[in-house]
Amino acid sequence: MISQTFTILNPTGFHVRPAKTFVQAASAFPCKISVLNKGKKVNGKSSLSMLTLGIAMNEEVTLEIDGEQEAEAMKVLGDLLTQIHE
Amino acid sequence: MTALRKGTGASPGLAAAPAYFIHQDHYTPKKLEAVNTTGEIQRFRSAVAQAQEEIEAIRVSTEQKLGADKAEIFEGHLMILEDPDFIDATEEKISDEGINAEYALHEVSTSFIELLQAMEDELLQGRAVDIKDVAGRIMSHLRGVPHLDLANMTEECIIIAEDLTPSDTAQLNLDVVRGFITEIGSRTSHSAIMARTLEIPAIVGVGSALRSLPADAFIAMDAEAGSIIINPSADELAAFQQQKQQYDTFKAELTKLKDQPTFSKDGKQVELAANIGKLEDVQRALDNGAEGIGLFRTEFLYMGRSSLPTEEEQYTSYKYVLEKMNGKPVVIRTLDIGGDKELPYMDLPKESNPFLGQRALRLCLDRQDIFRTQLRALLRASSHGNLKIMFPMIAVIEELLEAKKLLAEEQAKLADEGIAVADRIEVGMMVEIPSAAVSADLFAPEVDFFSIGTNDLIQYTMAADRMNETVSYLYQPWHPSILRLINMVIKAAKQEGKWVGMCGEMAGDTTAIPLLLGLGLDEFSMSAGAILQARQLVGELEQAEWAAYAEQALRIRSYEQVTAFVQQKRK
Repeated sequence: MISQTFTILNPTGFHVRPAKTFVQAASAFPCKISVLNKGKKVNGKSSLSMLTLGIAMNEEVTLEIDGEQEAEAMKVLGDLLTQIHE
Repeated sequence: MTALRKGTGASPGLAAAPAYFIHQDHYTPKKLEAVNTTGEIQRFRSAVAQAQEEIEAIRVSTEQKLGADKAEIFEGHLMILEDPDFIDATEEKISDEGINAEYALHEVSTSFIELLQAMEDELLQGRAVDIKDVAGRIMSHLRGVPHLDLANMTEECIIIAEDLTPSDTAQLNLDVVRGFITEIGSRTSHSAIMARTLEIPAIVGVGSALRSLPADAFIAMDAEAGSIIINPSADELAAFQQQKQQYDTFKAELTKLKDQPTFSKDGKQVELAANIGKLEDVQRALDNGAEGIGLFRTEFLYMGRSSLPTEEEQYTSYKYVLEKMNGKPVVIRTLDIGGDKELPYMDLPKESNPFLGQRALRLCLDRQDIFRTQLRALLRASSHGNLKIMFPMIAVIEELLEAKKLLAEEQAKLADEGIAVADRIEVGMMVEIPSAAVSADLFAPEVDFFSIGTNDLIQYTMAADRMNETVSYLYQPWHPSILRLINMVIKAAKQEGKWVGMCGEMAGDTTAIPLLLGLGLDEFSMSAGAILQARQLVGELEQAEWAAYAEQALRIRSYEQVTAFVQQKRK
């Protein structure tokens, strides 16, 4: 299992649109993807569960990825977490 | 009988029509033991498939009617139907607990709805509606009852409902629906956003008071004021219709001005720009017809976090704004922290007089590591648009020269590293300290532009804390002393062929604008919502005439008299 922490830059936090993009990307990977924020841990392939984290701008988010293609998934999903989404 | 109710205006406009009540039932399924859980799961899957088909149809028609970005809501709904924590969780519940599909769906959706409703963020609370919308549709199919259909309404009406789901709102027949009123909801709920896109008036959050109205009630709603008249008299209705017509005409006029340049009646062009403090303000600026960003406050990047933002993080944000403005000028102000704005992680010493202490550029020149990071991020972003860099809180010329030197050093380093920077970046300063205003002629050769920050300039000139109510009467933007300082800055800049903007609240004030136009201000930067009205106002003014009036205003003794003078000349 690998894990890495990122800071959210998107001005409106990591809500509807960014979460959607993230979940779509996460779902394309075979590995297990967990998202940790403010002491809660949820399934990175569920947009509803991602929303319930209420991730705000400048907050730290840790990804825990386990399984096949974990390094690739970390790269792609880490980029999405630190991007500014329209 | 006439009665008046209040709510929150969620989408502006006025409408008068008979009420149409939508009664939503709140169905709570019973928990039943399932004999055949495989069959229950099958039943659930087929209900989901039917819901999927319907939502896809709504998505397509919304995309055709309103465009791809509005249809995105329904892409989100389709995603819920594929969400493992929703769909798989329901199926697992059916098989693990041996219960009926209705109850399992109810349990799973309710737990998400409750989680979201408990969130602090209003936007996220609003997302609970999406789950209700989708789960409600699946539930209708499980139960075999028809889902609410608003697409086939034929009579002119104003809809009154507890709440409208996104799919309800998207399907409204706009040929007959004049507006809607909901008991719950806020300005940020989907239905409110949708109403603004559809440009139909909407009032939300009125409470349950309308529920008891007779079915034949007639409604006049003013979503600007958030007011609702129930069964208006003939006179009231006539007055309302007149008001509605005025509003519609005014609105149409303003909309026409959105993509226009700004000219005075006698042909002097000025630039109307927006002040922004968050990235999401950029879209609002464009929607309101901003010709540029006159002040981008960068403090938001530094606040609400536990460490300084990195160069890369800052670069991403600056680039976003520059690209979004697509070649229009963007004035970015370097960090204005210290004073009353604290950053816990920087551990700044307490000062007994923070507004006169080590704030903004004073701090940046002392903590060069922080400043250089920001300058590098700005320089790198410059190749993505029309960037102008502005330094705040300059009192003496050495500060300006030092800041420019650091900027030049960072630029040289980037050149050595082979990183692209725009060929020409204008560098300017804020004029907010009286010493800079009275010696503007000494600064002018060293800058490309000035931007007058009136909020601080007034506070420092009058020696009055704006936040202190006992001296707030001294906050007098067009007091002759302030007008004289502004005049000195503009004259000094013109002498050197430089431009002058203003980024304080005064720039958007309808009493100040004629005087500022008269004094020769080139750029007015204000909150986005004030731009269209300012453009209309400038179009009604003769610049040459106001140049003479402004000269006179400089010699008027008091603030009240200047106000009266402007009002008199405006007539």
